[in-house]
Amino acid sequence: MAARPPVTDTRSRFERWLPHPWLTLMLVLLWMLLLNEFSVGGLLVGFVLAIVISRLTSQFWPERPPIKSYRKALSYLGLVAWDVVVANLQVTRLILFRPAARLDVRWVVLPLELRSPEAITVLAGTITMTPGTVSCDLSADGRSLLVHCLDAPDTEEAVRQMKDRYEARLKEIFP
Amino acid sequence: MEFLLELVVSVLIVLGGFFALVGSVGMVKLPDLLTRLHAPTKATTLGVGGALAASMVFFAGFEGDLSIHEVLITAFLFLTAPISAHFIAKAHLHEHAELRDGLPPTGRAQGWSTFDSLPDPDDEDDGDDARAAHH
Repeated sequence: MAARPPVTDTRSRFERWLPHPWLTLMLVLLWMLLLNEFSVGGLLVGFVLAIVISRLTSQFWPERPPIKSYRKALSYLGLVAWDVVVANLQVTRLILFRPAARLDVRWVVLPLELRSPEAITVLAGTITMTPGTVSCDLSADGRSLLVHCLDAPDTEEAVRQMKDRYEARLKEIFP
Repeated sequence: MEFLLELVVSVLIVLGGFFALVGSVGMVKLPDLLTRLHAPTKATTLGVGGALAASMVFFAGFEGDLSIHEVLITAFLFLTAPISAHFIAKAHLHEHAELRDGLPPTGRAQGWSTFDSLPDPDDEDDGDDARAAHH
């Protein structure tokens, strides 16, 4: 590896120590939840850990996550939680009452309109967590998602549903 | 009151156990790895979710303190399960290269990333790998 050119860091001291203030706060919160009881010592350790971890890992995500609307992100979480329950019941019916040979197993290609890696990751994760669909691969240019469906008699309908229900909402959350 | 709490906890545990059982039945009954991948996503969502909700209700109702560990377990499961499923699927495709012919076309110039790579990694503006390479 060649010697690095000297980098002049243009960030302010605040940005250098707290590259992601929200991440730092999240980590403190997470630490407090892990402790499961409040103590000042625990809180201090949490702050030290959060600052050190977010500083050490800031090289991995130089930009802050581009979330446009936290309110919509929350309602998206609610929607996914509800869909997980509904889809669980559907897949339960498939597994218990449908012979494996009569399942309409197939690949479905989802053309992506989302561009940011964060948004695509969330979409792929959502598709996997809602039972009945597992996202298996991304096209090399990152513009189509390969989804494995347990039972999809109508490919176009399945694609339309995933696009309308999840991708359209994610487009409003991520730019 | 105590009876009601016990009832709620029991129902949640039984529900969670039922969905975990269905997930296991799916593992046995479904014919190949890719269809079996659908079973654990079920077990980790409603199966574990039922047990965790029961645990939260139990500690809040009987011990009187709010336990939030369960929320964390759910959050970490939801973060890790899709990623491991994705990599299991990709590893399966790598191992069974004959499956490549069964995949639908991407609808793009390049194929699926398990088998194809971009001709020039610098000419695309997105993708995790391209992004990581820039930094």
